[in-house]
Amino acid sequence: MTKKQKKVLYRIILAAVLMIVLHFVPAEGWVKLCLYLVPYLVIGYDILRKAFWGIIHGEVFDENFLMAIATVGAMILALYTELNGGEGEFAEGVAVMLFYQIGELFQSVAVGRSRKNISALMDIRPDYANVEGEDGKLEQVDPEEVEIGAVIVVLPGEKIPIDGIVTEGSSSLNTSALTGESVPREVSVGQEVISGCVNTTGLLKIRTTKEFGESTVSKILDLVENSGMKKAHTENFITRFAKYYTPAVCYSALALAVLPPVVNWLAGNDSDWNVWLFRALTFLVISCPCALVISIPLSFFGGIGGASSCGILVKGSNYLENLARTKYVVFDKTGTLTRGVFEVTAICPSSGFDGTEEGLLKYAAYAECYSNHPISKSLREAFGEEIDRTKVTDVEEIGGHGVKALVDGVKVAAGNARLMQQLGLEWEESIGVGTVVHLAVNDRYAGYILIADVIKEQSQKAIAALKAAGVRRTVMLTGDNRTIAEHVAGQLGVDEVKSELLPGDKVTAVEALLEQKKQGEMLVFVGDGVNDAPVLSRADIGVAMGAMGSDAAIEAADVVLMDDDPLKLALAIVISGKCMRIVRENIVFALAVKAICLVLGAVGIANMWIAIFADVGVMVIAVLNAIRCLKGPAHFCAG
Amino acid sequence: MKKTYKIEVDCANCALKMEEAAKKVEGVLEATVSFMTQKMKVEFEENADVDSVMKSVLKACRKVESDCEIFLD
Repeated sequence: MTKKQKKVLYRIILAAVLMIVLHFVPAEGWVKLCLYLVPYLVIGYDILRKAFWGIIHGEVFDENFLMAIATVGAMILALYTELNGGEGEFAEGVAVMLFYQIGELFQSVAVGRSRKNISALMDIRPDYANVEGEDGKLEQVDPEEVEIGAVIVVLPGEKIPIDGIVTEGSSSLNTSALTGESVPREVSVGQEVISGCVNTTGLLKIRTTKEFGESTVSKILDLVENSGMKKAHTENFITRFAKYYTPAVCYSALALAVLPPVVNWLAGNDSDWNVWLFRALTFLVISCPCALVISIPLSFFGGIGGASSCGILVKGSNYLENLARTKYVVFDKTGTLTRGVFEVTAICPSSGFDGTEEGLLKYAAYAECYSNHPISKSLREAFGEEIDRTKVTDVEEIGGHGVKALVDGVKVAAGNARLMQQLGLEWEESIGVGTVVHLAVNDRYAGYILIADVIKEQSQKAIAALKAAGVRRTVMLTGDNRTIAEHVAGQLGVDEVKSELLPGDKVTAVEALLEQKKQGEMLVFVGDGVNDAPVLSRADIGVAMGAMGSDAAIEAADVVLMDDDPLKLALAIVISGKCMRIVRENIVFALAVKAICLVLGAVGIANMWIAIFADVGVMVIAVLNAIRCLKGPAHFCAG
Repeated sequence: MKKTYKIEVDCANCALKMEEAAKKVEGVLEATVSFMTQKMKVEFEENADVDSVMKSVLKACRKVESDCEIFLD
């Protein structure tokens, strides 16, 4: 609790004790009023002051005003009863103020706590960077002062303060604060590391590649801190609602206090004005809109916080709201559903080749050893051993076909079907899908190697999970050729494929889908952030995936998935759905209880105590419900 | 130009009132107050004198919410 909150707590205790004591003090009339004024002022002086200044500045109709009018009115009524020989209920006015303050205190503690929880989840801000001085001693400096290209030292247990490349040492990094992923990442010399990760085992020396302000950690903090600024429709609705609602209930209360007594008086009956005034005051207490005004933003804040603990950064509550209405999901294939790296998936020596699979792969890797093409790289990676380039001579690249070379004196040709055709050789059709590298050894067809972009393990699950989360249609866009695209789509269960697209075609394809969808349905585009900024911004919600380290993606997207797991998208939709459900629950619950109590109050069934429940009780319940947004589905995330 | 300020405000409604008040100050193009993050983001009009505008913003906010605080660094 903060100092301010503690002060309120002491005031609450003091006022409550005073009230209990006063209950046993025999007093009447003005004396009784004065006695009860003591706890009343102890507990309510700040509300009265705020209400007073509100009226002075023309800011009537806020909850301070409501509370001041209701309690002052109750006191006057009690005094009136007392002076007319009855038993004045001074305690009621004080109690309303007391419970109002208890509710406010509770809410402020709850909000403060959830704010702290969320900041703890996002506690990735590094406080310092270690720079090695000339004498070899480590010096702690402000990360903002470290220049690009400087070498910083990260000890075990410390956060990496700035993005960079490891120049010395190896270690495993805990990335859970960034990605929600609990499996540590191994890094060694030459690898890029991202700020915000925690170094767990070994000492690392890192050459920085960015300034602190441009580093991942700063970008993410900036994004999270600003996420509250983009407000959801629901939030804006509540704001507008409160603007009309509060004056409306105030005037209704006024009407309730004035009209029935006047009508009674005109009809010649007893005007009962004190009864109606009391009902009007009850009405005012019930009507306070705090439950909505506080719980709705809290729900969104909790939802965004809960999502970020799972490595899902949502840039504003409006996106959270829209995510819950996602019906169309459009994927970019490469890097999103597939890993975006080529791998050897099959080695098929033909019957005419008198060697093993490894032998075939070795010839391919050697023949392609001078090429930088991704396919050649994947061949060398699959081979895995060091290549002795002196063994390779007479290399001849044939553009669009492949390569011919002498490997250890053996004539090797590696390339596509056209190369085989050129060499006048019969080749086997590949049974798998992907890029095929045919090989000829000593002018005889030797077999082929199949290379394909590998589908991510979670992709299939992700598509199923999206369907389960209410997504109606999944579409995959790709620049790849149709066979590959349809093969991948078939394996994953994607509804629709558009293949052989140029980058510009992707925007057109998304626009066509945008026209098809009904109003209120949302289209999400998921890309890996490379070259798809236009599509990201064109879709209702642009989601960038695997964004660790890619600033462009973080800026262009509305939702950022920190790691490259497509399942996180389904999780984001589930979280947003839960959050919106809680928001709706709170709106319906609060309004329903208020409406019922208002009616009961107007006809005189609800007394002040029910009114206090309708105000403070409903608020407490709504806040508790809103806090549930913080908890993401536990089995998914680290948080 | 945009700037973000740390603020201190007690209730969500008060934050809304501050936002409304800040928007009306001359030199302010757009203002948003996040109660949850206790931050105020202000977009200034071109050629606006940030320091003096923020002083008026603080004054306007104090008017609607007497115990609010904006930390002008």
